Amino acid sequence: MKRMTNNVSGSFFVLGRGFDHAGEVSGRLKKVFLAEKMSNEIIRRVAIITFEVEVNIISYADHGTIFYHVDNDVITIEAVDQGQGIKDIELAIEEGFSTADDEIRELGFGAGMGLANIKRFSDTFELSSVPGQGTSLKCTIRTDSTKMDL
Amino acid sequence: MDLNGIIDKLECDCKCCHEGLKNEVTGGYAGDLLSDVMANSSRGDIWVTRQIHQNIIAVACLNDLSGILITQGAIPEDATLEKARSEGMPVMVTRMPEFEAVGRIYHLLHYREKG
Amino acid sequence: MKILDAEVVIGHDKMDLDIQTAFGADLMSDVLAFARPKSLLITGVTNPQSVRTAYAQDIAAILLCRGKMPSKQAIDIARELEIPLLRTRYILFETCGRLYQAGMTGCIREVCSPETDETHDK
Repeated sequence: MKRMTNNVSGSFFVLGRGFDHAGEVSGRLKKVFLAEKMSNEIIRRVAIITFEVEVNIISYADHGTIFYHVDNDVITIEAVDQGQGIKDIELAIEEGFSTADDEIRELGFGAGMGLANIKRFSDTFELSSVPGQGTSLKCTIRTDSTKMDL
Repeated sequence: MDLNGIIDKLECDCKCCHEGLKNEVTGGYAGDLLSDVMANSSRGDIWVTRQIHQNIIAVACLNDLSGILITQGAIPEDATLEKARSEGMPVMVTRMPEFEAVGRIYHLLHYREKG
Repeated sequence: MKILDAEVVIGHDKMDLDIQTAFGADLMSDVLAFARPKSLLITGVTNPQSVRTAYAQDIAAILLCRGKMPSKQAIDIARELEIPLLRTRYILFETCGRLYQAGMTGCIREVCSPETDETHDK
């Protein structure tokens, strides 16, 4: 049973280059939405999206910020980072494409599924980037939506 | 079947969160690519993996997996066990490679269903 | 192949190869460290790395699981190196489970600790 609260929002700072904290923001956001009594599916989608966003910031940026906002029945997650940016967005979203180095791959990241996962689990998805400067991403999840292949 | 049932039948060792060994195991997931595990594992799965770094705990908690079995004699990092303790996520280790471990667990889970 | 509804991507002429053992892994460094020649490699890694690693270990064939499609470069390299490449929609857990039930064994039984310095090969 879900109960919607309007204007739940916040942000988290993510430091780049260190995988020690990968998943922390995802875990914290999961707790926020558990407290808001969102459905299991919605919580899981938010957690996966946030985790992937975090990993991208850590892998490719100096630092970034993740914002979340709930308004009516829509959850919005936005992320802005300062870092190397993305040269070819179409290619980057393709499943299997990755620019991760060997170190990142050995940790099990960098399989080229991050952006694909974010797109898959969200209802709307926008991505823009300036190579050499940074990337920004915005996605929304409608709390009454469902992704059949979950 | 709970994690205790699996540990009994397999040559593996629980490194932390023994109280979580009563977690019900409803299925299994094998793999070392974290995005894939996040996207495709299900609540209650036992996760069989070779990864040993602390991020596996966050990934396992994300989908409420029943526990993590680390294969091939790999030793989980101290930070991993620390995080596991703080989240109550059982971490087990075995010297068996993934294929053998999965084969045996699969057999246990399916035999139990028919039993 | 039948057990897994697998599809052959490359190597249709090699389907009568007899393979007794298997190794499942997504980390290629593990494949290099532990896999054995003439085994089946079961993995979710779709890039050419998995093919080159398999070649280095004299792997008999590669089975991609989780419904993954190998990249074009991976297919080209598999063709060039003559390594059969198959794919199945089943996840790694289900794939290993079914093959194990059917009598396939792991290419090594277990990884030994450095102190004993033995390997048990099946």
